[in-house]
Amino acid sequence: MGIIKTDKLTFEYIRRDEEGNVEGITRAVDEVDLDVKQGDFIAILGHNGSGKSTLAKHINAILYPTEGTVWVDGMDTQDENHLWDIRSEAGMVFQNPDNQIIGQVVEEDVGFGPENMGVPTKEIWERVEESLKAVGMYEYRKHSPNKLSGGQKQRVSIAGVIAMHPKCIILDEPTAMLDPNGRKEVIRAVRALNDVEGITVVLITHYMEEIIHADMVYVMDKGRIAMEGTPREIFSRVEELQDLRLDVPQVTLLAYELKQRGVNLPDGILTIEELVAALSGLKGA
Amino acid sequence: MIRDITLGQYYQTESVIHKLDPRVKLVATIGFIISLFVVDSWVGYVVAAAFLAIMIQLSKVPFRFMVKGMKAIVMILMITVVFNLFLTPGEPLVTFWKLTITKEGLRIAVMMAVRLAFLIVGSSLMTLTTTPNSLTDGMEKLMGPLKYVKVPVHEVAMMMSIALRFIPILLEETDKIMKAQIARGADFESGNLIKKAKAMVPLLVPLFISAFRRANDLAMAMEARCYRGGEHRTKMKPLQYHAADRIAYLILLLYFASCVAVRIWL
Repeated sequence: MGIIKTDKLTFEYIRRDEEGNVEGITRAVDEVDLDVKQGDFIAILGHNGSGKSTLAKHINAILYPTEGTVWVDGMDTQDENHLWDIRSEAGMVFQNPDNQIIGQVVEEDVGFGPENMGVPTKEIWERVEESLKAVGMYEYRKHSPNKLSGGQKQRVSIAGVIAMHPKCIILDEPTAMLDPNGRKEVIRAVRALNDVEGITVVLITHYMEEIIHADMVYVMDKGRIAMEGTPREIFSRVEELQDLRLDVPQVTLLAYELKQRGVNLPDGILTIEELVAALSGLKGA
Repeated sequence: MIRDITLGQYYQTESVIHKLDPRVKLVATIGFIISLFVVDSWVGYVVAAAFLAIMIQLSKVPFRFMVKGMKAIVMILMITVVFNLFLTPGEPLVTFWKLTITKEGLRIAVMMAVRLAFLIVGSSLMTLTTTPNSLTDGMEKLMGPLKYVKVPVHEVAMMMSIALRFIPILLEETDKIMKAQIARGADFESGNLIKKAKAMVPLLVPLFISAFRRANDLAMAMEARCYRGGEHRTKMKPLQYHAADRIAYLILLLYFASCVAVRIWL
């Protein structure tokens, strides 16, 4: 069993009217089976309302399944005895950086998680230093979070999670509110964590460019997993992606269109460099 | 414009008083206020004034910042003085029309004025030299024993520090909503008081909604980071007394003792 495993995970939001009668049931997550190996970089894609955030909140035991089961490192999230173990092993970064920073100074915020876990004072300082260095925010440790840019705030949030020494991090659209520069900063930090520290990453996003480096990609639609595979496999299915209202990266789309017109190119081109190489290979032939 | 509002009145500088443990400053402020009501002679006031003057000197905070705090209580001060001056019975000093100033009245009025002024200057000295954050920390630690009688000390302190963290964010948001409403023709400036208050409704409703949404998000983020109240929690920056703090307590004790001594023997 991998670090995160779900079995027929189903979650329903129940809408009630003013008297508390059930008005309607929305199935946000519908029989999802996931199996994430330790050290993997997983991306979950989907447009708004596809159930990807709901799925993420199950991994951190913020929501509990209506049906099915979620295991984090072998622990069932519905088992209350393991609640805090699960939350310290599966850290979570949310969308809005302002609404998840608690401290008034960067270093205090990063220390918040370890404080809650009862880590001794001296070790908290060590953890804060190492996590801030890991996301490249160490020189800002004495700053007020209000003075930082969106990308910097989000990196502080990530440091706050790393300081808890989790085995995996779930990032719920961490870049949705950032400008392109901030997005790059955050994704670079996340990739470094995965490569250098070997932390399992579950990245939830609707930006296609961010999933290129993932080991596995799941595309969600209406609560179900609509597609799964490596980024290359996913990107070779351009029409399916467009049916799911997802934007394909420009290079991939260009390669796809060229191929449709009879240019001999491989499937699932992800970067400009790849396309250039493929095209110049053609020219030589 | 709205972003210029600074919270509290912390004055950043390096001084002995700034470096003291917030608990010492809290206790000292309370002690000083009590001492003002212990002393009842001119000698006592001289002692209190000397103590206050030395502390202000040590804090390196310009005196005009202390006086700023006085502006808020000018009215109360005036009313107290006037009432005490005219309504205290005793040996008449000056009489004009139906009002009489008595000797006792004059004495009490001046004393009350001095007391109030010292009280304000003393407590603003504390807020000027302590960040809101460490004040919260200090209060949490001082009130610690109250948790045995079921006072949610940690929770209150946590709420205070979250409020402090969110005030700038909400101010910025107010500014944003205000500009958005102005852009759509809202008028916050003109009209009488009632009209102005009514104009605030389209500002307050979205602000409240957003504040609730933020609170919800923050609560979730805190839970996700294993927050479960004050139990089992360690501190990243635990409060610790140093030599300077012990000396400060000693000085405070000496001051208080001399106030009591003045009261008894003079």
